Amino acid sequence: MVKFLIYVTVILMVFAIGYLVRVFELASSLKGGKSHEVTEKDNRIMSKVMMTFLVAFFAFVIWNLKSYVPVMLPEAASEHGVGLDWLFNFNMAILFTVFTITHIFLFYFSYKYYGRKGNTATYFTHSNKLEMIWTIIPAIVLAIIIIFGLKAWNKITAPASKDAIVIQLYAKQFDWTARYAGKDNELGASNYKLITGENSLGMDKADPKGLDDIIVKNEFHIPVNKEIEFKLNAREVIHSAYFPHFRAQMNCVPGMTTMLHFTPIITTEQMRKKLNNPKFDYILLCNKICGNSHYNMQMTIIVESEADYNAWLAAKKPFFQ
Amino acid sequence: MENHDQQAHEQIHSHEEEHHSESFVSKYIFSFDHKTISRQFLITAVIMAFLAMTMSFLFRLQLAWPGEHFWILNFLLGDKWAPGGVLDPGMYMALVTIHGTIMVFMVLTGGLSGTFSNLLIPYQIGARDMASGFLNMLSYWFFFLSSVIMLSGFLVETGPASGGWTVYPPLSALPQAMDGSKLGMTLWLISMSLFIVSALLGGLNYIVTVINLRTKGMSMTRLPLTVWAFLVTAILGVLSFPVLFSAALLLIFDRSFGTSFYLSDIYIGGQALELSGGSPILYEHLFWFLGHPEVYIIIIPALGITSEIISVNSRKPIFGYRAMIGSIMAIGFLSFIVWGHHMFITGMNPFLGSVFVFTTLLIAIPSAVKAFNYITTLWKGNIQYTPAMLFAIGLVSTFISGGLTGIILADSALDIPVHDTYFVVAHFHIVMGVSAILGMLAGVYHWFPKLFLRHMNKKLGYIHFWGTFISAYGVFFPMHFLGLAGVPRRYYSNSAFPMFDNLVNINVIITCFAILAALVQLVFLFNFFYSMFRGPKSVQNPWNANTLEWTTPMANTHGNWPGALPEVHRWPYDYSKPGKEQDFVPQTVPLAEGEVDGGGH
Repeated sequence: MVKFLIYVTVILMVFAIGYLVRVFELASSLKGGKSHEVTEKDNRIMSKVMMTFLVAFFAFVIWNLKSYVPVMLPEAASEHGVGLDWLFNFNMAILFTVFTITHIFLFYFSYKYYGRKGNTATYFTHSNKLEMIWTIIPAIVLAIIIIFGLKAWNKITAPASKDAIVIQLYAKQFDWTARYAGKDNELGASNYKLITGENSLGMDKADPKGLDDIIVKNEFHIPVNKEIEFKLNAREVIHSAYFPHFRAQMNCVPGMTTMLHFTPIITTEQMRKKLNNPKFDYILLCNKICGNSHYNMQMTIIVESEADYNAWLAAKKPFFQ
Repeated sequence: MENHDQQAHEQIHSHEEEHHSESFVSKYIFSFDHKTISRQFLITAVIMAFLAMTMSFLFRLQLAWPGEHFWILNFLLGDKWAPGGVLDPGMYMALVTIHGTIMVFMVLTGGLSGTFSNLLIPYQIGARDMASGFLNMLSYWFFFLSSVIMLSGFLVETGPASGGWTVYPPLSALPQAMDGSKLGMTLWLISMSLFIVSALLGGLNYIVTVINLRTKGMSMTRLPLTVWAFLVTAILGVLSFPVLFSAALLLIFDRSFGTSFYLSDIYIGGQALELSGGSPILYEHLFWFLGHPEVYIIIIPALGITSEIISVNSRKPIFGYRAMIGSIMAIGFLSFIVWGHHMFITGMNPFLGSVFVFTTLLIAIPSAVKAFNYITTLWKGNIQYTPAMLFAIGLVSTFISGGLTGIILADSALDIPVHDTYFVVAHFHIVMGVSAILGMLAGVYHWFPKLFLRHMNKKLGYIHFWGTFISAYGVFFPMHFLGLAGVPRRYYSNSAFPMFDNLVNINVIITCFAILAALVQLVFLFNFFYSMFRGPKSVQNPWNANTLEWTTPMANTHGNWPGALPEVHRWPYDYSKPGKEQDFVPQTVPLAEGEVDGGGH
């Protein structure tokens, strides 16, 4: 019945459009049928709309900044993240300046130089000087951006220090598993062919390094102010370990191990106080499309003092016990 | 003038008689004529764009009001994919995937280049047709077939491909991983292979035509910037599409013939697959070796169209003609050595990442030159606000605002926290999606008289532009903030856990603007199809432009010019030249004594 009504509505709409067309044609034939020629009046109106748009657009931009900056990610909770946020803001300041200047010129010129009868445009074909200016200035600005960016990049991607705590993050459809390296701080060998319902990471019992490895699901803990090195693996498709609060991300690729490291600097408790939100949690997300439940593949991260962390870990049993 | 028209009319008449022998099939279906093929591409692209837009409307409903019941979802997708009017997560992925694929390939590559390269290359260089009409015809029909196969994914039981438009393996290679990697993915690969054939046939044809068939006097430095843009685009396509073809072929082998180019150490569906030695990263390299030039294949023709339209309607020469050619070539060249910026966080060597940062940010320089040159072209102009001109100015705006956020993403360190978030979605939609669509629409309004011999309605054009432009920013500007709040792209719902609960209202605003944008496109659809048949007839040179296409008679003359081919005596941008009677001097007008040609270089 509903479908029938929809079909009837569609048919009626076709008729309605047909009639509208007739009305439209009659109206334009009364006006002399010049519905495509641009008049000076059109130019004047459009130039004013251009100027209005410029003002409205910037009002919209400012409104966006005002209402959405507060809901963006809170301050970076990792050591390198603080520098990264600064760099981001620095870049944004440059970009916003360029955005503002170019848009003011673009829309102001569109407003000012609208076509008037009897007016002639200026024949101005090129100017080596001007073109040099807008080649060299962007080049200098970009050089600055590149230098700052690469400095940060080299720092972030430098190898982790030897005493960083090693944790494996294992991604599969659609959850995460964390494996702690135990007392020796070295992960035992694993092989995808050893995977069973029990041994979901395919850990190899023959490797003595793995005997003290600890497996956790749903939630994992890390100590504050200690460098953590994550070794990332995936079981069947590409996933991506995304730590938005720590400004860190790395893909997990089947058949290879990728790495990433950072030092958390704010504990979960401290962050809850700062945000005045007792329910706040750091979260690990999957950020590479991995299947139908991609959107719900997450794990909670608890950052705590080293003492709390040690106590938490000590209560866990190694996998092979 | 009257005399000239009459003469032209007689010549058309004699031509019409000559072609009476042509059957309907050879004239309208398997036509070799560049103008007919151009119209075929355009109409197909308009329909595909409309379908892709409808898909985006469906998944935007889910994003703004997750879990809400919408009868329209149930009506269009049925009980299987939208039970009770709630979008199924697998279908959400499929809609996102097919929306992206259609927009990137069918609309903005096939549709944009196919329409305007075909229409304008022969017209603007003074050729009777493309170098090979037959290949050109094949190019369209491969494109058509590819479009149909892409859509046919919706007719198979397991649904269309749904691994994102980049279809990364192993997700796309393993049918066990998701429904969208079953038959739908095979169809996607077949469709894409046919599409590549079409793009190559078209591209080779464009290159050969521009190089060989220019009329007397049409030196490379007298070519309109549109033709330069189409030429560089075609070269990019010919060099990069074969690489995508190889990527797709290897993926077909992995899927169907048990090879392991991209697969290694995989445990899925309760069993360990006996595959080793492959790497999914190889696919990413091959894909993005096309994928990055591809975004320039999309935007360069739009920039070429904009150059022409801004110059004509400002009644001024394009500022820095040679710098514009230089920057198109620089962008084209650099586009081949930047693909790694899509892969900063795949675990690639950080040093290699640094190299890609450097090359990528270099592209900002020629892009900045282009933007400033457009703005300077407006300066002291006598701007005629045709709908095409509005769209062209809109493109300059979105090209700047979208390009700037690209600087953040090209900077590997800053890319880490925003990679694969909505910040990226906002960036590329503004800089290549919206910009290229605005460029394409500018072209449609401007060359409609050449395509269909009639005019589109101006007022509806104004409504269309402002509606589109405002809602495009309304959709994509707030989206940056979603990305900065850490929302990953391709999430079916942001309410599965509390982290994004404070962002719900951004998604509602975005969807409302998306609906407005969709409604405004209905105005365009009406204007387009209505004007095609009943719009006011156009005169020969309605915009008082200089380029050669406006010297052809207003008829679908086979061979374009009834008599001899025109001879070219000057560059195409002599607008408002001092000492001339009119504010335009067509390219066919000989230089006066002592007159200097070109931009005075």
